[in-house]
Amino acid sequence: MTIPEIHFRAVGKRFSSASAPVLEEISLSIEKGEFVSIIGPSGCGKSTLLKLVAGLSPCSQGEIQVNGMTPANAREIVSFIFQDATLLPWRTVQKNVALALELEGRTREETAATTQNLLQLVGLTHVAQHYPRQLSGGMKMRASIARALATKPRILLMDEPFAALDEMTRDRMNEELLRLRAEHNWTALFVTHSVAEAVFLSSRVIILAPHPGRVAHDLDIDLPYPRTAELRESKVFDDLVNRTSKLLRETHRA
Amino acid sequence: MKKRLIFSGSAALVFCGLLIFWRLLILAFDIPGYLLPTPLAVFQVAIHRLPDLWAALMISAEAAAGGLAAAIVVGVLIALIFARSPWIRKMFFPYTILLQTVPILAVAPLIIIWVGPGLLAVGVVTFVICLAPIIANTTQGLVSVDENLVQLFLMHNASQGQVLSKLRLPHALPYLFVGVRISSGIAVIGALTGEWFAGSGRAGQGGLGYSILYAQAQLQTAYLFALVIAATLLGFTLFFTVMFFEWLALHKWHESAMRANPANE
Repeated sequence: MTIPEIHFRAVGKRFSSASAPVLEEISLSIEKGEFVSIIGPSGCGKSTLLKLVAGLSPCSQGEIQVNGMTPANAREIVSFIFQDATLLPWRTVQKNVALALELEGRTREETAATTQNLLQLVGLTHVAQHYPRQLSGGMKMRASIARALATKPRILLMDEPFAALDEMTRDRMNEELLRLRAEHNWTALFVTHSVAEAVFLSSRVIILAPHPGRVAHDLDIDLPYPRTAELRESKVFDDLVNRTSKLLRETHRA
Repeated sequence: MKKRLIFSGSAALVFCGLLIFWRLLILAFDIPGYLLPTPLAVFQVAIHRLPDLWAALMISAEAAAGGLAAAIVVGVLIALIFARSPWIRKMFFPYTILLQTVPILAVAPLIIIWVGPGLLAVGVVTFVICLAPIIANTTQGLVSVDENLVQLFLMHNASQGQVLSKLRLPHALPYLFVGVRISSGIAVIGALTGEWFAGSGRAGQGGLGYSILYAQAQLQTAYLFALVIAATLLGFTLFFTVMFFEWLALHKWHESAMRANPANE
């Protein structure tokens, strides 16, 4: 039997012993290469879940294994993309993308080569020497994605990375994200508010119920990859989005 | 560019108008020179006593710049300690506010007693009033880093040193400059105040503050005017030197210092 890429065993989280639990009894197995979206009403602990996987916050109950390791030990194979691009304003785009490699002490040559490739991959070569302030929101996010991919992660954790973008840019970023994944096939855990985004991207959508956060539904999205913009206009896609939205609404009411 | 020319042109015009008004005032009310010297008299005495004036200016400049520089170094070090622990911050931060509110006129004599009269004491007085704004602003900069960025650094196994050198310090730089700018404005006040108490080793030889007292005692009003103008220019120079370094360090990336140039997709 292969080890699951991310494994949650009865995970619970509360921020202090006196406070109400944020997450309760989360048990999940995510296999290599899956693209899993987590949706749910605000306050259901979606972002907290990601922080636990990243090892930025400890579980209160149960345990998480990332490729068989504790989250803290698995950091080298995991990258995190935040809701804001979180670029360092005093660094050029190129140096921002190189940041993770620099922190991990890679050689100058390796860093330069990897950075060049990634800038090309996300289409930012022409603004490599620009500062973040000079970029549009979409470009900033692409730089942020490139930075996350620089360490060649096996697992990508994304916390509403496109929430701040306008809808058109967001759709395009979704398509680009799938294109990038086709090349590297990382496992993705993606938190979003948008059902359409979740369905478009994912092989699997998990709906969390709030107070405390727990798994309400675990849906397979049976649409073949590669997925293109046309998919959004198809009936199958619409039906899936509608069905998922309905389940989400019920979760909300319950 | 054109706008800037008009701006400096009108500023020069105001200056000329002021000089004329000053001269007319003396003519109209027949004010004696020991109360209000003519602009020409001030100019003449400034030329005539240029070596004295220059020497005084240099002494004060040394004390002001030295005190400010020491305040920057010590202020940043204290801010680094404050940024390390919320406990230390809570315990000592109120005292930096105290440092800011204590009247320098009241503390200066004490400092003279401790350090002894002379340039060092003047520098220390300057240092004391320059310190608080630098500590307060730099600490603010060091601790207001986006929590997500700290986590990003941690995820890539960054050491404490890397978090400091590649994240906290660059993030604090604009804040540091705000503090230094405030301090540069008051550094000259510190130096002059210091000199009033510390005096000079030899009669007639001291910084601007000392010379102002001396000129007042001798009723050399025209020279007094020249000294006041020199002190103002010194403050100006310090302030704009700081502004220049700020521009140098930040203009490429910081919002306040740069013009928008969005490269659209």
